[in-house]
Amino acid sequence: MATEQKYALPEGLPAPAPDVDGLGAEFWDATKRHELLVQRCNGCQNWQWGPEHICYECHSFDLGYEQVEPTGTIYSWERVWYPVHPALAMGLPYMTVLIELPQAGNIRMVGNLVGQDPEDTVEIGQNVKAVFEDHGEGEDAYTLVQWEPA
Amino acid sequence: MSERTIRGKTAVAGIGETTYYKRAQAPDPEFKMGLEAVLLAAEDAGIDVREIDGFASYSNDRNTPERIASALGIPHYGFSNMFWGGGGGGGSGAMANAVAAISAGYSDVVVVYRALAQGQFGRFGQGAAVPTVAGAAAFTAPYGLMSPAQTFAMRVQRFMHDHDVSQDVLRAISLTSYAHAQNNPRAVMQGRELTEEIYENSRWIVEPFHLFDCCMENDGAAAVIVVSAERAKDLKQKPAYILGAAQGSFLRQGASAHNAPDYATSNFKTVAPKLYEQAGIGPKDVDVLQSYENFTGGVLMSVVEHGFCEPDECNDFFTTENFRAPDGKLPLNTSGGNLAECYMHGLELITEAVKQIRGTSPNQVENVDISMVTSGPMVQPVSSMILANEPG
Repeated sequence: MATEQKYALPEGLPAPAPDVDGLGAEFWDATKRHELLVQRCNGCQNWQWGPEHICYECHSFDLGYEQVEPTGTIYSWERVWYPVHPALAMGLPYMTVLIELPQAGNIRMVGNLVGQDPEDTVEIGQNVKAVFEDHGEGEDAYTLVQWEPA
Repeated sequence: MSERTIRGKTAVAGIGETTYYKRAQAPDPEFKMGLEAVLLAAEDAGIDVREIDGFASYSNDRNTPERIASALGIPHYGFSNMFWGGGGGGGSGAMANAVAAISAGYSDVVVVYRALAQGQFGRFGQGAAVPTVAGAAAFTAPYGLMSPAQTFAMRVQRFMHDHDVSQDVLRAISLTSYAHAQNNPRAVMQGRELTEEIYENSRWIVEPFHLFDCCMENDGAAAVIVVSAERAKDLKQKPAYILGAAQGSFLRQGASAHNAPDYATSNFKTVAPKLYEQAGIGPKDVDVLQSYENFTGGVLMSVVEHGFCEPDECNDFFTTENFRAPDGKLPLNTSGGNLAECYMHGLELITEAVKQIRGTSPNQVENVDISMVTSGPMVQPVSSMILANEPG
């Protein structure tokens, strides 16, 4: 069960990487420090997610990242029973959640719900907090942002 | 300035379909099946296949116009078009592009086609086994969210929450398709009856989708010949006039990591009004509907966003009684569609809509004046189309 293993999902899934042009690198670097960043426009203060090269509100290219409180609410969820990747076959079912961050313009992040059994009930609107899940070592190290009931 | 319209200017003159197969069961290569479908469509229309002078497809069909035109010895073509975007979102969109080409005078005979053998090439329902993922997938795949079913279940779950929609609604869509497939000799699932009990006992793929809420994986090809309304009148088949064919998307529906501001949508909110405006009709005028089922939840939101029922009325409206041909309020997916006829990427829904106009459907609705198709809910962009037995 997920509660007994080290990670929310079995190992062997693809690791996240920035785009070849570097987009997203700040976010993934920050997760290794257990910090949650969201992209924000330096021109008009608009929040946006995922990372982009331009602000969709004011079309400024002057974008930054702002650290936000690692909390949110469950916007939607899905309990997965079919393994679409070989690594997932030993970890079913699992719970994938879509988390809304009211403190960051209601942007959303995808993660897994940890801290409870995947077969337990999930409520839309439920408060959650981020759990930083460290994987790998050295150059291969990365950190996923998971969520648990607050 | 005179009204810009495509209403009634073009018509479907021919349709062609190979035998439809379960995945990996096709005896012929994908490209050969594509050729067969094109030849069948031309023969059905009563047009020499060498008269085809335009091509339109979608979803990055591998079988390119230059290869088809060369293989068939087509002397000239003046339109070669691919509708961007994935899934079946471009089914009606490719039709719209064919209509545009004919209306603009680029071509006289356009074939819209799709050939797909998931047994010979990659499958859509599997995540890629790669060490790292960049781009939008970096924010989903490491969390085990990597298939179309998972991508769309998240939207559907939220819609069902917002409007208190019960699982019975999704079940009704699935049961309807399977019931219609039983009368369709072309349907891969003919002979496989689906009951409420079988549906309820079937495994979950990803909640809220049971196995039977998901489209099949198939091999086959289909093609549709579009010509001007004038030309269609003199050809072999009763014309299915195209009153409207709309395509598009709206604000940030393609934003990564599930960040579309209006999230719980099939993405038809700006397309549907445009479609009805083009066609000069409303949802009440529609006699029969083919609504693309990548997953039943996509049909749910497509039907709502095309104005057939209010979002809070789904539990009453989505019943097998309402959807069954010939007498239901809104006969739905009358060939069995992507769930039970064949996942021909929704082009089989367009051929079925044509058959309803001609009076040759395996589940024929009586006196069909208006036959409608919605293509590829929840992807970006999407498209939909209205056919009629008169040019308007």
